[in-house]
Amino acid sequence: MQATRFSISALIVAMTLALSACGEKTAEGPEVIRIGSVAPLTGPQTHIGKDNENGARLAVDEINAQGLELGGKKVKLELLGEDDQAEPKTATIVAQKLVDAGAVAVIGHLNSGTTIPASKIYHDAGIPQISPSATAVAYTAQGYKTAYRVMANDAQQGKALGQYAVGKMGAKKIAIIDDRTAYGQGLADEFEKAAKAAGGEVVAREFTNDKATDFTAILTSIKGKNPDLVFFGGMDPQGGPMAQQLKRLGLSARLLGGDGLQNVNFLKLAGADAEGVVASSPGLPIDSMPGGPDFRKRFEAKYGVIQVYAPYAYDAVYALVDAMKRANSAEPAKVLAELPKVEIQGVTGPVKFDAKGDTVGGAVTVYEAKGGAWQVLETVK
Amino acid sequence: MDIFTQQLINGLVLGSIYALVALGYTMVYGILELINFAHGEVTMIGAMVALSVIGVLLGASPDLPGLMVVIAGLLVAIPACMALAFGIEKIAYRPLRKAPRLAPLITAIGVSIILQNVAMLVWGRQYVSFPAILPRGQHEILGAHITDLQIAIVVLSLLSMAGLWLLVEKTRLGRAMRATAQSKEVAELMGVNVDRVISYTFIIGAAIAAIAGVMVSAYYGLAHYYMGFMLGLKAFSAAVLGGIGNIAGAMLGGLLLGVIEALGAGYIGDLTGGFLGSHYQDVFAFLVLILVLVFRPSGLLGERVASRA
Repeated sequence: MQATRFSISALIVAMTLALSACGEKTAEGPEVIRIGSVAPLTGPQTHIGKDNENGARLAVDEINAQGLELGGKKVKLELLGEDDQAEPKTATIVAQKLVDAGAVAVIGHLNSGTTIPASKIYHDAGIPQISPSATAVAYTAQGYKTAYRVMANDAQQGKALGQYAVGKMGAKKIAIIDDRTAYGQGLADEFEKAAKAAGGEVVAREFTNDKATDFTAILTSIKGKNPDLVFFGGMDPQGGPMAQQLKRLGLSARLLGGDGLQNVNFLKLAGADAEGVVASSPGLPIDSMPGGPDFRKRFEAKYGVIQVYAPYAYDAVYALVDAMKRANSAEPAKVLAELPKVEIQGVTGPVKFDAKGDTVGGAVTVYEAKGGAWQVLETVK
Repeated sequence: MDIFTQQLINGLVLGSIYALVALGYTMVYGILELINFAHGEVTMIGAMVALSVIGVLLGASPDLPGLMVVIAGLLVAIPACMALAFGIEKIAYRPLRKAPRLAPLITAIGVSIILQNVAMLVWGRQYVSFPAILPRGQHEILGAHITDLQIAIVVLSLLSMAGLWLLVEKTRLGRAMRATAQSKEVAELMGVNVDRVISYTFIIGAAIAAIAGVMVSAYYGLAHYYMGFMLGLKAFSAAVLGGIGNIAGAMLGGLLLGVIEALGAGYIGDLTGGFLGSHYQDVFAFLVLILVLVFRPSGLLGERVASRA
């Protein structure tokens, strides 16, 4: 008994010493500024989520290597990576966790469906949020002064796609499928509006979810309506099998999608059936981005192949740091005041925000899958 | 009409996969009254192992005939899953045999999470694509398209089910399984090695799960560490629908759930005038499940005592 008591008190002393040692170290070394990064790191979209986090991490590492000074003091950025599982309810939990952990800003989330509910928490806490990839119009339409994004929104993308489908691909009868997420549904709605305005007829509107792999039932029902184009608002884990099942069921309609499909993983999953699929992505193709090829080299040296949004997460960090430099502080209130003035030459192009927090003049590029790669068809401004 | 035929075919293919996985749930439940939630993950491991073997073989010599490569993958996946299930039972369930029923259930969920994470570490977070090496023949029946792969899935499922039925009804091991299902104590008194019978039950269920896993990944062209979760849930529902613990029930439940899902997704939008869209397909399937359970609490073919397992 005596021995136990002694060992416990020894442990407490040791812990106190260790803790005080920690405190001294931070007091002497550079001040640590915590930035959150949120994306799905488990579940079906893990690969895209990790890509976002890696993009942000690359920027943070570079900035730390160069050395950042705010208010005359050396500071060090620390990226807190969190997993929202692409689930809206988890998103709010990790958002609160980041706020409680003292994050001064958040890069994220990845999906619109998670970004929107989380944005209220960041707004209430008064910390800036820059999403690399949430494209739903609703995100910046809430009037939050804390919500920003570095990618063209769905209104811009859906409009470009709708006009392209009817105008350039000559689609007359169109079937639309979406995965019922804020992103998929939002994009499909904007596409529908634009396609109808351009003179296309929507013959079917079907739905799935972001975990499904079987679409034969809805595709069969679509087949009965003889469309010449099928639009899918959703991500590659669904788009890949969908492209295969489309061919397997003998549909002659072409598949069209947004940025959720325009990535290497879609090509892998759809295999030979990817041929002829058309998909768009906000922004320029990575090799046409001003800093694209160079970014690719630096990213791939550390993390492997770029999935899709990594350059945007990277630019989001630099935009945030630009605001910090302008404010000469990492204090959220001061950074927020400077965010509207941010102007940087990012990897993806110039980054500049409008009054709502949307990115100014985001381009949309349309690609076609040909011979196992995405070929640029056209860039719409 | 051709649309209806096509939906029926879609449903039957999906249903025969559900049925195969459901067999594993129902066999274990029949004997141990344990819902082995890790069974979906065993299916996933089967798919992943087969894909690794296929990848290695194709990497070594890309000209091998596709069908042979897939069969080779399957032949490695089956023993791998059998060994895995044997280990799971021995480590995670056997020590809890006498514990309250909630304990092994929670252990099962734990095993399922562990397997998912191990698969994530081994095979990564990426979707693994199934190489397009299988023959891609297509046929038209009554205006509906059916591929060689779909025919193979249905035939292979039926063969596996028939094999299992023969094993349970006609062999010594099968008799021992049925005896254990009725009463472990009495079976033990009659000289049945109950521990060994339980191990065999897990192993056989896992072998069938490996076949199902390879079929799913070939059919949808992908595999993923997360794929076992939803598949397991659906198969479990199929087993309950047919009457859990009853082998014929699992087959019927699986096929029925597949067809209900396909028809539900295909027609629910038109039937409700667009009020309910095709994203309610799962709701539709589970609604049928609830209705069946309200009127037949032990499932379609479930009976309390007779021939479980």
